[in-house]
Amino acid sequence: MEGLTFQVEDGEVFGFLGPNGAGKTTTIRMLCCLISKTSGEAKIADYQIGKAADSLQIRKIIGLVPDNVGFYEDLSAFENLDFYGKLYECPEGRRRENIERFLKMLGIWEKKDARAGSLSKGMKQKLALARALVHEPKILFMDEPTANLDPESAKTVRDFILELKKQGRTIFLNTHNLDEAQRVCDRIGILKTKLLSIGNPEQLRESLTGPKTEIRLAQINEALVSELRKRIPNKIEVADNKLIIDVADPDKENPTIIAAIGSAGGLIQEVTQIVPTLEDVYLQIVKETK
Amino acid sequence: MRISKAWIVAAKDMRVFLRKRYAIYSLVLFPLIVSIGLPLVLRLVGARLSSTQLPIRMNAFSFFYLIGAATLPILLASYSLVGEKIEKSLEPLLATPITDSELLLGKSIAAFIPPVAALYISSIVFMVLANLVTHNTLGYLYFPNWTIGLILLLLTPLCAILSIEWSVIVSSRASDPRAAQMQGLFIALPLLAIYVTSEVGAISLDTKTLLIISAIILAADIILFFLSTKIFQREEILTKWT
Repeated sequence: MEGLTFQVEDGEVFGFLGPNGAGKTTTIRMLCCLISKTSGEAKIADYQIGKAADSLQIRKIIGLVPDNVGFYEDLSAFENLDFYGKLYECPEGRRRENIERFLKMLGIWEKKDARAGSLSKGMKQKLALARALVHEPKILFMDEPTANLDPESAKTVRDFILELKKQGRTIFLNTHNLDEAQRVCDRIGILKTKLLSIGNPEQLRESLTGPKTEIRLAQINEALVSELRKRIPNKIEVADNKLIIDVADPDKENPTIIAAIGSAGGLIQEVTQIVPTLEDVYLQIVKETK
Repeated sequence: MRISKAWIVAAKDMRVFLRKRYAIYSLVLFPLIVSIGLPLVLRLVGARLSSTQLPIRMNAFSFFYLIGAATLPILLASYSLVGEKIEKSLEPLLATPITDSELLLGKSIAAFIPPVAALYISSIVFMVLANLVTHNTLGYLYFPNWTIGLILLLLTPLCAILSIEWSVIVSSRASDPRAAQMQGLFIALPLLAIYVTSEVGAISLDTKTLLIISAIILAADIILFFLSTKIFQREEILTKWT
């Protein structure tokens, strides 16, 4: 990892987007004091990462949902959570209360006595969420929590993350699910061994290009396009029978463009405003670094 | 180091062992065979042995407890360590506020207590039965004596510790518990060699010999302690073990 500078505020949901091998898991592992950094400085709640005395304190206040959830397959769901609760020094009464509360919230309380090895992938992922929360950490790290889940389970997990967000927990989420990042995260960092871009989804979309106007015509020919290029200064792209025109201010420029097309002899069938999606931004930024 | 943290890990591991059929078989089968099988052998061959040959054979049989102490912990320790790799539970475990030494101690306790307890229980049965079948020939109760006392109270724990430390070293490279167990069992070969040597009469397993063996195992324990703790480092475990 290089050039990785960012700050996550208290109560914020921060997402890391990046292709495989971008360093998302490595970053989480460094922040969770699992592997050491070679240089640079990082702090979690005023505790210094890399300082032996602070590492234990950091691990006390964080919860981790790793990429591979990893449970003791011969122990029950409850026993697994209870074990972790004990390691986090969570008092017995509170531990049991939290296990029950989170398993109920995630809809798997009835599976509490089932062997962890017998649970489906979706249930294990939910169990991993409960495990990360059993000691009620302030900060939660999640490494692709919905990867390979069916849509229903993925939605449950996403809704749960949103519920945690409401509770004011700080969440650090690794994902390559753009839709998930857009729905859940307050801010997103795009990563590919270094931090390429950072901002809220709106800012990232705006950072790529301005809006575009897509105009479908009954027919497009060379003469019409060259005539239009003389009449309007905007960048014009042609795709099938559509014109895709860059606009800085759609409300102001669209009427002029439409009038120009009409006077050049074009027959307009449909006008659509295109705003770049997070996917467009992501693909563009990642492509630029190749 | 907080012993309470190590104990949480040990209790969890022991709970897992109790649900593994092969772990139960390993803990029961060997001690059962030694405690009942060896007195049976003494009963069968005892009549043909003189009262001077019989104690030599009984001391040699006591040595089986050392072979058990060197092998049984390996079966549990290798599962405990390689099992974490297979179940991919190392990352969430290492993310908890537990130190490497607490984790290693917890895993060592889990691999130490059940085999040593099983061997101690088995040794009581062995001593009672062996006394019963040899009393007529010897005219006195042979066990307990200094030899088995040294074997059980000094050499058995030392051997079990050696076996666990060796397991940590071989488990770091293995991706399958059985492979780790196979490699781990090499630790029993020198002990088997001592047993065979004593059976052919080349050495006598008297107090002096046992103390020399204890000193050698203690030295090996110390060397392997440094090696195993060097290997059992958080970052090493996470990046190279998994």
